[in-house]
Amino acid sequence: MILEMKGITKTFYGVKALQDVSFELRKGEVHALVGENGAGKSTLMKVLAGIHVPDKGAIELKGKAVHIGSPHLSQKLGISIIHQELNLVPHMSVAENIFLGREQKVAGLFSNFKGMIGQTKQLLDQFGLKLNPSEPIYNLSIGERQIVEIAKALSMKSEIMIMDEPTAVLEESEANQLFTLIRRFKEQGVSIIYISHRLHELKGICDRITVLRDGQNVTTRSLEGLAERDIANLMVGRELKEMYPARPERFGDELLKVEGLTLAPHFEDIHFHVKRGEIIGFAGLIGAGRTELMRTLFGDWKAQSGTVVWKGEPIRIRNPLDAVKLGFGFATEDRKGSGLLMEMNVAQNMTLSNPAKVSRWNLIRRKSEIKVVRDKIQELNIKAKALNGPVKNLSGGNQQKVVIAKWLVSDSELFIMDEPTRGIDVGARSEIYNLIVRFATEGKAVIVISSELPELLGLCNRIYVMHRGRLKGEIHESDANEQNIMAMATGL
Amino acid sequence: MSQVATDFESKNPSAGMRWGKYLWDQYSVIFAFLVLVALAAILNEHFLDIGNITNVLRQVSIVGILSLGMTFVIILGGIDLSVGSVLAFSGTVIMAAQVTYELPIWISIVLGLVAGALLGVINGLVITYGKITAFIATLAMMTIARSLALYYADAGAISGFDSSYSKIGNEYLAGVPIPVIIFGLIFLLSYIVLEKTVFGRHIYAVGGNTQAARLSAISVFRVTIISYLICGLTAAIGAVIETSRLNSISTSSSGHMYELDAIAAVIIGGTSLSGGRGRIVGTLFGVLILGVLSNIMNLLNISPYLQGVVKGLIIIAAVLLQKRD
Repeated sequence: MILEMKGITKTFYGVKALQDVSFELRKGEVHALVGENGAGKSTLMKVLAGIHVPDKGAIELKGKAVHIGSPHLSQKLGISIIHQELNLVPHMSVAENIFLGREQKVAGLFSNFKGMIGQTKQLLDQFGLKLNPSEPIYNLSIGERQIVEIAKALSMKSEIMIMDEPTAVLEESEANQLFTLIRRFKEQGVSIIYISHRLHELKGICDRITVLRDGQNVTTRSLEGLAERDIANLMVGRELKEMYPARPERFGDELLKVEGLTLAPHFEDIHFHVKRGEIIGFAGLIGAGRTELMRTLFGDWKAQSGTVVWKGEPIRIRNPLDAVKLGFGFATEDRKGSGLLMEMNVAQNMTLSNPAKVSRWNLIRRKSEIKVVRDKIQELNIKAKALNGPVKNLSGGNQQKVVIAKWLVSDSELFIMDEPTRGIDVGARSEIYNLIVRFATEGKAVIVISSELPELLGLCNRIYVMHRGRLKGEIHESDANEQNIMAMATGL
Repeated sequence: MSQVATDFESKNPSAGMRWGKYLWDQYSVIFAFLVLVALAAILNEHFLDIGNITNVLRQVSIVGILSLGMTFVIILGGIDLSVGSVLAFSGTVIMAAQVTYELPIWISIVLGLVAGALLGVINGLVITYGKITAFIATLAMMTIARSLALYYADAGAISGFDSSYSKIGNEYLAGVPIPVIIFGLIFLLSYIVLEKTVFGRHIYAVGGNTQAARLSAISVFRVTIISYLICGLTAAIGAVIETSRLNSISTSSSGHMYELDAIAAVIIGGTSLSGGRGRIVGTLFGVLILGVLSNIMNLLNISPYLQGVVKGLIIIAAVLLQKRD
């Protein structure tokens, strides 16, 4: 046993985030830590990383009691955390980032670049990581950046590595690379705590699993004989019904048609269409140009050529304002960066895109705003304690619902949903799926971009596959499977 | 946003407590102001005299008006270093219109206001079209506007001859100095625009996250231009009061360093320089704190050369006190 946490209790302002939680980790083990958002996973890991000091409880490392009072101490004890939001300096090289704060000096003054690059290379080779040590970070993909973070952890001789939703930002192929790496680390005796919402990943890489719910232990057991469904039920504490609702079957008129849309080098010559009542999907690897395509369609970027036909009429969209007026709604993949105003409250976020509904002569009418917002909160089952609390305090699922509510308030007819369930727990996920299908059955249209193939397969009537900025094909729901989509997405 | 009625559980008993916490979070600066006033009243028996209070208010009114405009652009995530120079430029326009071109007073005022607003719009255009950071764009405007004023008057002063113009800066209405009334009115207007209008909310949105604001169908361009226009306009209103007080504009010293006092007041008022957060009420009290501070130091005969130290320390203390999350 390399790590034992016993009876950890942590209270924030009277709310028990962790209550008598225990957790153990064996040497060379990959241990899955799962639970819904707010179950206490992050808090528990922050205790281990020295960010939070627990009110009660004991931590033993290799049989010795330790007090982890600071992140620095945690690092020194051989614990490192790979954050979801990567903490790298974009304008520095791979090697410089790995040795950041621990730069090797020549004559105690000048950075020893050569030495650091050499050591980085050695480290990367040792684990079969294919990266150039002198490459600046901004040139790397998100997946590669994550590998730099991992290499950084390895360079600190970490024996315990905490991975917080490492695949949330990765494409399927990148994720597979990560899994290979994890297996290799395991062989070398590194112990890994693996947090993920993607339950199907756990089977292949994890040995044991600990489930938390409402800040308490539910179980710790071997993953063997545990189906994905069982895990989900353990997390939620109730039986989950079928994840994906029946998809819409009755389509109306063509709502949107895109012909030859081009913005090189991001995407070229894109043709697609969507009817009322239809859910279409866009599959592809990161960098395939899907997000860029949608941003251009939404008016955020300017297309070089191509036409967009809306309700049978060719239109020109110069900016997002035009798009929203026409009836587009865009739930971006990055809620924090571009989807919501985190400091603003629930009500302000919901009415941001269509203030006309709640104002007269530019003056906001509180009463009508409160009414509109309360209706949406009820309709979408949003769990927000107050309308005037900042949205940053909501869970991922509720934040996503606020985004959706914003477009409902704007009377959107076309919903573009980029990674609609990223960072969202199982319970809220199926609610989002239900909403997507509901919009379609109400005669709206939905475009879903997702890196999770099961999501596209479970929701969409048709799936377009992109590869390096080009449309590789279109697959109907009856023909679609993971194999033929992956084949197209990888350019085969 | 201060109406607690938006709360789901507005009927629950802890509403009072939350109201208190909210007040402290948002307006700890009011508390600091009250403490300062109490302290001032103890230190000097004349501080609370009506005459002295009136004096303090009149002294802060010009920088106060500039601070209100500054609040708009700082919440927007920008800054305007040019307000002091714009004040000098607008003042020059006003006095030149009256003296050189012998135009009626009201036309000279309109011209001055238009000049200030125009320079503000230019700031906004350079920032949006030129994609130049606000600090640099307005730094350039600061030297340009000042230089134009200096050139026009050969670095000297332009003095008016119509004494009726000095009424604005020197007379009273119902016992209150007219500059203070103007300051109050502009504060009210600013409060309504920032807190109660769609446009105000858009300023917060753009300042909080430009990308998210843009994708939420907000015209970042329009919001930016209008915010800098407002800031330039407040500088011009400051110019009207400043020129009217002495019936003269000094192209070299009028408005000198006002931008820094205005920024200081906004920061003391709790508005974050990174944008998206802040309250105009905070700015009002930031202005009053600076005014009371310099007044009490004068009453206590503290050397004016030393007063900058206190001001600097107050700025640091204010930011430290308000540091949250």
